[in-house]
Amino acid sequence: MLEPSILAASLIHGLANGAVYALVALGLSLVYGVLHIINFAHGALLMAALYAVYFLVERVGLDPYAAIPVLVPAAGSVGYLLHRYVVAKASRGREEAVLLVTLGVALVLENLALALFRSDTRTIETGWAFEMVAVGPALLPAAKLAAAAGALVAVLALWAVVRATDLGRAIRAVAKEREAARLVGIDVDHVFALAFAIGTATLGAAACLLLPTYYVSPQVGHGFVLVAFTIVVLGGMGSFWGAFWGGLLIGVVESLGGLFLGESLGQIGIFAIFIATLLLRPTGLFGRAV
Amino acid sequence: MRSLPAIGLFALAALPLPWLTGSGTVLNLATMVLLFATLGQAWNLLGGMAGQFSFGHAAFFGTGAYATAIAQIRFGLDAWSGFAVAILAAVAMGALVGFASFRFRLRGSYFALVTLAFAEVARILANSLEITGAGVGLLLPLAPGLDRLQFADKAGYYWFALVICAGGLVLASLVRESRLGARLAAVRENEEAARALGVDAFAVKMQAILLSAGLAGAAGAFYTQLFLYLDPHIAFGPQVSVEALLGPIVGGTASLWGPVLGAAVLQLLGEASRALTGGATGANLVAYGIVLVLIVRFFPDGIIGMGRARTADARGVTG
Repeated sequence: MLEPSILAASLIHGLANGAVYALVALGLSLVYGVLHIINFAHGALLMAALYAVYFLVERVGLDPYAAIPVLVPAAGSVGYLLHRYVVAKASRGREEAVLLVTLGVALVLENLALALFRSDTRTIETGWAFEMVAVGPALLPAAKLAAAAGALVAVLALWAVVRATDLGRAIRAVAKEREAARLVGIDVDHVFALAFAIGTATLGAAACLLLPTYYVSPQVGHGFVLVAFTIVVLGGMGSFWGAFWGGLLIGVVESLGGLFLGESLGQIGIFAIFIATLLLRPTGLFGRAV
Repeated sequence: MRSLPAIGLFALAALPLPWLTGSGTVLNLATMVLLFATLGQAWNLLGGMAGQFSFGHAAFFGTGAYATAIAQIRFGLDAWSGFAVAILAAVAMGALVGFASFRFRLRGSYFALVTLAFAEVARILANSLEITGAGVGLLLPLAPGLDRLQFADKAGYYWFALVICAGGLVLASLVRESRLGARLAAVRENEEAARALGVDAFAVKMQAILLSAGLAGAAGAFYTQLFLYLDPHIAFGPQVSVEALLGPIVGGTASLWGPVLGAAVLQLLGEASRALTGGATGANLVAYGIVLVLIVRFFPDGIIGMGRARTADARGVTG
């Protein structure tokens, strides 16, 4: 049997990872909730954002956290243009076409990164990377704790945007009833692209928070994309808090799975949850629209 | 049976290639075209005919590839039996995936996601289990001979691939011209309407996924015989699933020849992009991605459907 303190430490590690997962998944969930499309390029866009942070840190000398105000609007703009001029144009609203187009975008981004940067795994050096903070029985790297805290702040900020701003109201209106929203004068195509932009902007924030304790490589998005899909499906496609709690849960499952089954086989737990949810409860645990 | 003469003509025309070219590169390329045409044809049985877009055909390809390797290495079976085992194993995998997803009526994006997840589970298992050689993979002993389905020269493999590809074409044409084909089309166009007309959508989709998985498994087993080496990424990696769907989408899902044409175009494009970039890794996939977006944007019926693109355009508008 395992000692309770090891179990508790593993739990806390899982929760810290889960907060960042939640942030990544929220972007995906928001896009699904509003546009009813599955963005296969989500992982590849996160990868691109991670490279952007990497180069801002290594070449410009920016602190990864100071890069947040640069990267969030930049990622958002890319998302807006990507939706407006590629995804929306190519898919014309057909579900399969959206899957294929975003898959195409993911292929281009990932392999462009592979061609430009090789498959090397890159990490950034930060002065405080090795500082550890005791959280209960767990010793967490300070940067991981910062990432979890930052992710929570970002989640709340996103919630505030969706709940309390005119943009948020427009987004919710379009998500619920797109024709009626059009009739009351909302520019639906613009709102769609904005929702997509917010989805990618969260990736900009997630990349800045993630890189100090993580790495970047052309394939780094793969790991995240299925984890994010799992969270979104588990939480209920489009459900805001569903994605949040789902993220924490998946973080814990991954951490415990790694503890009991080892690194490689431990990932099985996530996919088992994914498949079981899709089959048994495709509306998720919190199935409700944004 | 209407397509059989065309398939025969295709096989006959492709037959003499090894005598016409002395170039190993050309023969390799042609073999890969035939391999991916087969895999694409398999995907199209489910994706094109039944309208169920799988993003995880690697699960079937990889199962076939591993099954024959395991049968030969671990159980001492001969390659021919191994090939049969591979097809059966892939069909069993198809039954598992199909039963799980169709029983629970998963469609569209949900079906795509669950197939992707099954392929990932298979990859992780292959990466962890002893019988699959875990991360190290499996290596088949080199022993050319028809009884071992190994060939000393490239021409042998080319003809082997041609046989499998032609077999896939015959299978697809039989399905296409049968009642099953008509029912699949009905389910694809409007599942509710098909049910209302008495089509057992579950049974029909199951038949499609079993055939599709079996053919993908044959492609996987061929891969094993050709390269004699497998690892979890080669067999179950997401790039296999992508290759499986790209060919038919680019070539055209509505036609028997779409997957063949798509595979040929993509392999040539891949070669060209590698040559243009001096062999940069990933250059071919960048090109594939661009082509995929352009095809979906401008020619949703693929290259074969280019002439009909306008009508498809009109049909495609839903929002």
